[in-house]
Amino acid sequence: MTTALSVSKIAKQLGKKFPEAVIESGADSLLLKAESLLAVAEYLNTAPDLAFDYLNHVTATDYYDYFEVVYYLVSMKHNHGLVLKVRCYDRENPTLPSVVSLWRGADFQEREIYDLLGISFEGHPNLRRIVLWEGFEGHPLRKEFL
Amino acid sequence: MTTKEITIQTEPFVVNIGPVHPSTHGVFRMRTTLDGEVVVNMEPVFGYLHRGIEKLAEERTYGGCVPLTDRLDYLASMSNNMAYCLAVEKLAGIPVPERAEYIRVIMAELQRIASHLIAVGSFLNDCGAFMTPIVYMIREREKILDLFDMVCGQRLTYNYMRVGGVSQDIPEEFIPALKKFLKEMPGWINEYDRLLKQNEILLARSKGVGVLTKDLAINISASGPLLRGSGVEWDIRRADPYSIYDRFKFDIPTGTAGDCYDRYRVKVEEMRQSLRILEQALEGLPAGEVRSEVPHLVRPPAGEAYGHIEAPRGDLGFYLVSDGSIAPYRFHVRAPTLINLTALNDMMRGWKVADLIIIFGSIDICLAEVDR
Repeated sequence: MTTALSVSKIAKQLGKKFPEAVIESGADSLLLKAESLLAVAEYLNTAPDLAFDYLNHVTATDYYDYFEVVYYLVSMKHNHGLVLKVRCYDRENPTLPSVVSLWRGADFQEREIYDLLGISFEGHPNLRRIVLWEGFEGHPLRKEFL
Repeated sequence: MTTKEITIQTEPFVVNIGPVHPSTHGVFRMRTTLDGEVVVNMEPVFGYLHRGIEKLAEERTYGGCVPLTDRLDYLASMSNNMAYCLAVEKLAGIPVPERAEYIRVIMAELQRIASHLIAVGSFLNDCGAFMTPIVYMIREREKILDLFDMVCGQRLTYNYMRVGGVSQDIPEEFIPALKKFLKEMPGWINEYDRLLKQNEILLARSKGVGVLTKDLAINISASGPLLRGSGVEWDIRRADPYSIYDRFKFDIPTGTAGDCYDRYRVKVEEMRQSLRILEQALEGLPAGEVRSEVPHLVRPPAGEAYGHIEAPRGDLGFYLVSDGSIAPYRFHVRAPTLINLTALNDMMRGWKVADLIIIFGSIDICLAEVDR
């Protein structure tokens, strides 16, 4: 069974290394500051006792006030999992760092989020629309799109 | 006599393979840059089948989304139904009766065999064994479709599972028919192996072709036979057991080289393992209800849930967000085939055009799921 790691324990561990990265540690997920996402993700990927080598999936939701991007991480070595969340409050030009440099599996998924929700990922090697065509107006999974 | 030196100017050129091409298994375009016959670069272009299922689901009730899931990977509708129902049950805390769990496992494993038959058959078709193997395999798949027809009256889009169980109990004639199938199927799989396992043409065309290394497979979040073909022993049924899979004994077949041949072998071995699970499930099938008491309109408490299963093509998951109403606030599908395509370019670079068709066939994708 993929064990969900104790979120509060990881939050403490991260707190030592990145004092201001964690905004909130929920029941089963960690809410991170957008600026520190990449640094924390790199630590989670490389630290031997965590070793999150597999990004199960990335997706995003529009909550009107903000966009929330969730990262489901799994470590195949230890078979444990963790959920990371990042929020983006800018509706006009939402931007987040891309994690493609760590997990290439995010490539198409970040393009899909960009296509359907309009969140740009900085550092993505090929950020273009993926299922809709270039020139399509709007982002269908935003709540105001009808 | 004087010899004259001729210089031929060469330059890479772009060829579009698809969107409508027999080897793309749907509407998929490979924008390939070729240097003579060698692939220099390949860019996958898809979206031709995008129907906006994730948006459509936001307008439907939780029960009303089940038929939408049928239309994702239409070669494995039962698995899609199951993954979605698991996610809703997790979100709303709905129990599933014991008998329904067993019926679900039986359906999911039958579906795996049916789906792998098509996958292996069309892969061999791509290899040049034109039509004969796939017709053999469609013959066996037909028997599974007959079984599905018995339980739900459908042969492709089943819409059989419900939140909290399945729509109806299996009919009387189902068990004898399934027993007959379980008795005959191992012989058929052996027959395919006799014909193809050591076939020289198949070995020459698929061994060492389109290698996906273990590290890259993990890094691109590959799943299913593609990941296991690269030698990673990772199966959601074992790694993160759902439903009642912790009760069954089965092995996880893996490859070693990560080439097209290994992916083909993994699928064939998985069919054998599915038969093992089916036998155990049939033995343990208890009597009782097939659906728990669920209100017509399910209203899960506000929150989110992620349920995933080992579908024939990989790790299929549903991420649902509820705002307490009768319709999902967000409905996201973790489509294994979309993610499996990430490394397609890496696998194809340097191979010839004819190999490109085989490499693509060995990944086994379903465009309806890629585009959603």
